[in-house]
Amino acid sequence: MAAGPARAAEQDEDRDPGAESRLQAGFDATIGKDQRIEPRDWMPEGYRRTLVRQIAQHAHSEIIGMQPEGEWITRAPSLRRKAILFAKVQDEAGHGLYLYSAAETLGADRADLTERLISGRQKYSSIFNYPTPTFADVGVIGWFVDGAAICNQVPLCRSSYGPYARAMVRICKEESFHQRQGYELLLTMMRGTQAQRAMVQDAVDRWWWPSLMMFGPPDGDSPNSAASMAWKIKRHTNDELRQRFVDMTVPQAEKLGVTLPDPQLRWNEKRGRHDFGTPDWSELKRVIAGDGPCNDERVARRTAAHEDGAWVREAAAAHAAKQAARAQARTHEGAAA
Amino acid sequence: MSSTEAADDDHVYLSLAEGHDDGDARWAFGTGFSDPLHGVDTAVPDAVDGSALAAVCLALGDDALVASQRLAEWCTRAPELEEEVALANIGLDLLGQARMLYARCGQVDGTDRREDAYAYFRAPADFRNVALVELPNGDFALSIARLLILSTWRLALLSRLAGTSDPVLAAIAAKAVPELTYHRQYAADWVVRLGDGTEESHRRMRAALRELAPYVEELLTATGDTVPGILAAPDTGTEAVREETLGVLRQVLAAAGLDLPERPAAPYRGRGGEHTEHLAPLLEELQSVAREHPEATW
Amino acid sequence: MSDAQIGRNGDNGTPSKGDWPLYEVFVRGKRGLNHVHVGSLHAADDTMALTHARDLYTRRNEGVSIWVVRSSHIAASTRDEKDPFFAPSADKVYRHPTFYDIPDDVPHI
Repeated sequence: MAAGPARAAEQDEDRDPGAESRLQAGFDATIGKDQRIEPRDWMPEGYRRTLVRQIAQHAHSEIIGMQPEGEWITRAPSLRRKAILFAKVQDEAGHGLYLYSAAETLGADRADLTERLISGRQKYSSIFNYPTPTFADVGVIGWFVDGAAICNQVPLCRSSYGPYARAMVRICKEESFHQRQGYELLLTMMRGTQAQRAMVQDAVDRWWWPSLMMFGPPDGDSPNSAASMAWKIKRHTNDELRQRFVDMTVPQAEKLGVTLPDPQLRWNEKRGRHDFGTPDWSELKRVIAGDGPCNDERVARRTAAHEDGAWVREAAAAHAAKQAARAQARTHEGAAA
Repeated sequence: MSSTEAADDDHVYLSLAEGHDDGDARWAFGTGFSDPLHGVDTAVPDAVDGSALAAVCLALGDDALVASQRLAEWCTRAPELEEEVALANIGLDLLGQARMLYARCGQVDGTDRREDAYAYFRAPADFRNVALVELPNGDFALSIARLLILSTWRLALLSRLAGTSDPVLAAIAAKAVPELTYHRQYAADWVVRLGDGTEESHRRMRAALRELAPYVEELLTATGDTVPGILAAPDTGTEAVREETLGVLRQVLAAAGLDLPERPAAPYRGRGGEHTEHLAPLLEELQSVAREHPEATW
Repeated sequence: MSDAQIGRNGDNGTPSKGDWPLYEVFVRGKRGLNHVHVGSLHAADDTMALTHARDLYTRRNEGVSIWVVRSSHIAASTRDEKDPFFAPSADKVYRHPTFYDIPDDVPHI
């Protein structure tokens, strides 16, 4: 909680010396009572910084996450699937906006966060750097990626920071539709042709390990987890959530009739949970470092949209300024007359 | 507190697995949560010419599908995130309209085809949409100007079709009217912003109108191509739709410091299957997966 | 320079001519209820803010009532008025109008 002491000291130099420790005690008591921290409350600088980083990364993930599936809206093979996918990708834009909104309650600025995303200084979930070569990928993303997101996000509905927790409640409600539509698409495809079944298994093989990596590095290798847990920003460790996801997914895979590509995956009677293999953590590091299959493409698309849209945003701001000036001129005329 | 927390988590997990009553409706229309055709009698009234009705449904369905496809192309490319959501809403509305119109077409054209048969298994020459909707998106100014023209005309027409003697088409039109009213307002707001905003936005909007002007006449004529025999009161048809459309466009463009340039009409007749070179590639993409797996179910 | 041109969250940020100001959104879900704060969004003007709010926070559910207000126009009390820290008490809606630096080496969460 000593993070950012220079800035805090600079800002608060004229206060009385006991104030910070009293504020810290109040903050700790609020967290201890499981109450929410709200935007205007005092909070330790490290808490604010951790939240902004986590919420921004989450928002960026929603926005970049529109791309891999969005490519299939124009090619979806039935009008019903087209409408579902269109609505789903739209939801993701909405989720990104809810989250940027939560980040802005902490003093972050969306234009600045976008700048950080396109300059590569802030990351998004590495899962979205994998390609989507077939329509089955739409189903598997819904099932695995949205399923993993739900495991991560349901506990965040009780995050200690109020605006973040409230955004997550809204998001989780919609994510449940996302997972269901993905699984339902796969069920339908598995009842279809041989070629469709092969497409589903191929997509499962490609997405399983990257999905397990969505929960982040193992607990022993996750330096920020402890602080986030203490502040109740985060409620479960990476490994706990990963285990939860595996236990949830295995019976669904059986029902679907696909094989999860892990020879070590089996039920452990003694633990009452599944044992499973270790993801290739060096791959995760590579993808995070920017060497995933689609990193450049994803950021380039976001950058292009932002830059191509600049003249539109400027025009709207210019029109608003002109309108305000006109209204003011009318008021003056009225006053003069 | 922690035991309650665990229970909360479990509760949310469990609820994810439960069925949801609204099922597909949540997805199929993006906005409406009820079936607009619930309880509507699908028998064709004696006074209605089934083949003329089918032609109207097909034409309006094709306009909506192709326009929706172009809006979907904006996805992840919009000038601001809020506009992503808005453009997708409009695309979803039009897609919903296309689906209902195709379904009605299949009920009355004697073929008993489903919506996907119309969308995925017809050749470009069999599509009946106007050329305006198939033109490439261009920049945001062009897409917005197109949306204004299309939604102004479509609202003028469908608000009249809401009184037509086929109860199904009337119900489809009635559901579409508030949607199109919103589309027109959204587009009009943006046309004014871009027309008034900066030199660059004004120039782009002017160029967009110049490019689109030749396609307006086809749209206005297309009302007459399809509607007679459907409207309960034909005198409220073609001319009234033309007047309303041009009147609204003039009003919006004047507020934006713009006008619709006089230009010769483009030589296409989409209602007769005569399309621009842009429709075939659009459909090739739209139909690619469905045609690669003709035996598949999705 | 007008607020629309300044754009940033509050009145204190770096000017950037294309950035739209922040609006807070309040929605009355149905008759008989109060308007409730649901979140924020960016828009160039009030009309656009209402359109965006309807698109984003209600998915255009007809019949709900929406209020939007520029975030910089909201005066807010502090949680604890006797805190010497927060004088004057009727402050901006968010205490921190400027962006706080985030380290660039962001680990995966």
